[in-house]
Amino acid sequence: MAQKTISNWGNYPVMQSDEHCFSFDDQVQKIMEQSEYFIPRGNGRCYGDASLSKETINTLKYDNVISFDTKEGIFECQSGITLDKILEIIVPKGWFLPVTPGTKFITVGGAVGSDVHGKNHHVDGSFSNHIVEMELVLANGSIMVCSPEIHTDLFEATCGGMGLTGLITRVKFRLKKIETSYIKQKQIKAENLDEIIRLFDEYKNSTYSVAWIDCLKKGEHFGRSILILGEHATLSELPEKLKADPLKLPPKKSIPFPFNLPSWVLNSFTVKLFNFLYYGKNFKKEINNVVSYEPFFYPLDAILNWNRGYGKKGFVQYQFVLPLQAKQGLIEILHRISDKGLGSFLAVLKVFGKQESLISFPKEGYTLALDFPVRDGLFDFLDELDQVVLQYGGRLYMSKDARMKPDVLKAGYPRLEEFKRIIHQYNPKGKIRSVQSDRLELTT
Amino acid sequence: MATVLLLGATSDMAVAMARTMAAKGYDIQLAARNSDRLKPLQGDITVRYGVNCTAHEFDATAFATHHDFYYSLTPKPDIVICVFGYMSDNDAACKNWDEASKMINSNYTGAVSILNIVGEDFAERKSGTIVGISSVAGVRGRQSNYIYGSAKAGFTAYLSGLRNKMYHCGVHVVSVLPGFVDTKMTAGLNLPPLLTANTQQVADTVEKAIRKKQNIVYVKWFWKWIMTIIKNIPENVFKKKKL
Ligand SMILES: Cc1cc2nc3c(=O)[nH]c(=O)nc-3n(C[C@H](O)[C@H](O)[C@H](O)COP(=O)(O)OP(=O)(O)OC[C@H]3O[C@@H](n4cnc5c(N)ncnc54)[C@H](O)[C@@H]3O)c2cc1C
Repeated sequence: MAQKTISNWGNYPVMQSDEHCFSFDDQVQKIMEQSEYFIPRGNGRCYGDASLSKETINTLKYDNVISFDTKEGIFECQSGITLDKILEIIVPKGWFLPVTPGTKFITVGGAVGSDVHGKNHHVDGSFSNHIVEMELVLANGSIMVCSPEIHTDLFEATCGGMGLTGLITRVKFRLKKIETSYIKQKQIKAENLDEIIRLFDEYKNSTYSVAWIDCLKKGEHFGRSILILGEHATLSELPEKLKADPLKLPPKKSIPFPFNLPSWVLNSFTVKLFNFLYYGKNFKKEINNVVSYEPFFYPLDAILNWNRGYGKKGFVQYQFVLPLQAKQGLIEILHRISDKGLGSFLAVLKVFGKQESLISFPKEGYTLALDFPVRDGLFDFLDELDQVVLQYGGRLYMSKDARMKPDVLKAGYPRLEEFKRIIHQYNPKGKIRSVQSDRLELTT
Repeated sequence: MATVLLLGATSDMAVAMARTMAAKGYDIQLAARNSDRLKPLQGDITVRYGVNCTAHEFDATAFATHHDFYYSLTPKPDIVICVFGYMSDNDAACKNWDEASKMINSNYTGAVSILNIVGEDFAERKSGTIVGISSVAGVRGRQSNYIYGSAKAGFTAYLSGLRNKMYHCGVHVVSVLPGFVDTKMTAGLNLPPLLTANTQQVADTVEKAIRKKQNIVYVKWFWKWIMTIIKNIPENVFKKKKL
């Protein structure tokens, strides 16, 4: 253990922390006992301060696979294994992750802690929907197994509970059957916001869907976007040359992004990329092709550390969800963002299906995520946006958050008091706490 | 398929090596003092790579047990990787013989004891590869860690001699000098990123060294140059430095 400078993906905030690592079951309780207070930490891919604390218990070296039932598609592992490693094991055997976020560099513990969602939320729900059972070490050092059937209060408060109920050690979850490692992709251009919303509805039966939306365009092209849809390709849908090895893993290649750049560099890069895709000669109204799962799910992972593109001061990602009937709210927020000009050029838009959880972020509606480089005046502006989000019945994603006020959390999550009660039951003295949980008054 | 024996298999470096070799199709024998701790890794390797993997109790400093330990292994390994080692505070070890002898015994004496036995067997079989994970700390003694460093220096010299002898019986010996590695032991130290290897890089280096029959390998190439420079600083200058 020693002091280390740490931050999460947004590089904001940055802090000094005592980081503890462990590999063996018998070490966890001892580390916990000796710690004054701590937060479990996976791969630090949440954007803000959720996995930051004076002390952190890092799970990355606790990464063994426990079992893999290749017939039934049930996978069990220690919490520190990352999704990229799991894919290497399961894809060649004809299985896929039931839910995956936009990066494969997160741990299973982090997938549960944030109850992550993917492009298939409207059909498959969030990660917690696929958990068979999991095991935690609680603040008092005791070990407890929970599932949708046993210790349900602990289970519910752990899914999306940002690590506050205990340290997840083991997770058993169901996989999704695939015939090939390829995705049948369809990309459709939408001229404006009305069209993209209509398209989401038209393609609601599509397994995967997400849109890249231009936040700055005004006038008749306000909300112009590219809708990206996907299905796992069946064997017969593969081009001949891929049929010989249908479950092939994509080659490992990535380009490091070694320097902190001023944020306009990244922005102008994404502007160019989007325009290239949007106006490119080859881009008809609709493109259909078959691609490997890698570029489809993880386009950004090809550039390691792209977060440094936002400069030294870091950035925050703002992600909210608004109910389906609140389209007007979406329009208002997009207008405000483009008027202010503080945000990134591109945002990700998605439609969530129904979900009623204790504390998980997803609920039915539109979710929009975009980046804001940290600068003067930003947080005041985001406070204003929060009010619009709340006014339309929406809420923010804690996993991306580094600055929201406790009232905003409270107003957005109707079962917050129940969540707090459960945390206090399993973590009574606030032994497990993060900078975020203190800021949001969950552990103070 | 050939079998790899990892001695000191609970260390982060050994975990990466075990997985890397298993991914290449080798069967794996994991050995460590606390063999209960090996069970999860044993399961992991079996599930991930579908190879045979076994776990064995082995204490590097219990010299008397080494012979029986080695001859209890079935099958006998074709590749032996000696990863165990122990480092603690130099000043404390100067005042406390138990600490000092623990460092010497795990980094040097224990390695000599087990590798003598392995070497005899490999020489008789006229095949096999022995890999020793030594350290750049053994290149020149520094005030901050010369007890560890001198034990590793002894180990490096041993490996060099063993390589010389074994060459004539068709057995290959690899010495690995990893430099800074990001492990549990160094967690939380703010190591210089450019000079620090991760355990996977060490494992890849070892796998390649075995495959290509390399003799002495560094993980990050500039360590070789850094150590060349350090070796060549005149003693008169070196002794005045706070290193
Ligand atoms: C490029 C990119 C794209 C992303 N896309 C999406 C997306 O599409 N959908 C989505 O939902 N998220 C997305 N995210 C966010 C990311 O998936 C989550 O923040 C995830 O939780 C990060 O996991 P981690 O392993 O890095 O954990 P960390 O970031 O270290 O921790 C995240 C939270 O989980 C808790 N936690 C971690 N491990 C444990 C454990 N063992 N026990 C208990 N609690 C634990 C931590 O305390 C913390 O509260 C994205 C992030 C990036 C960088």
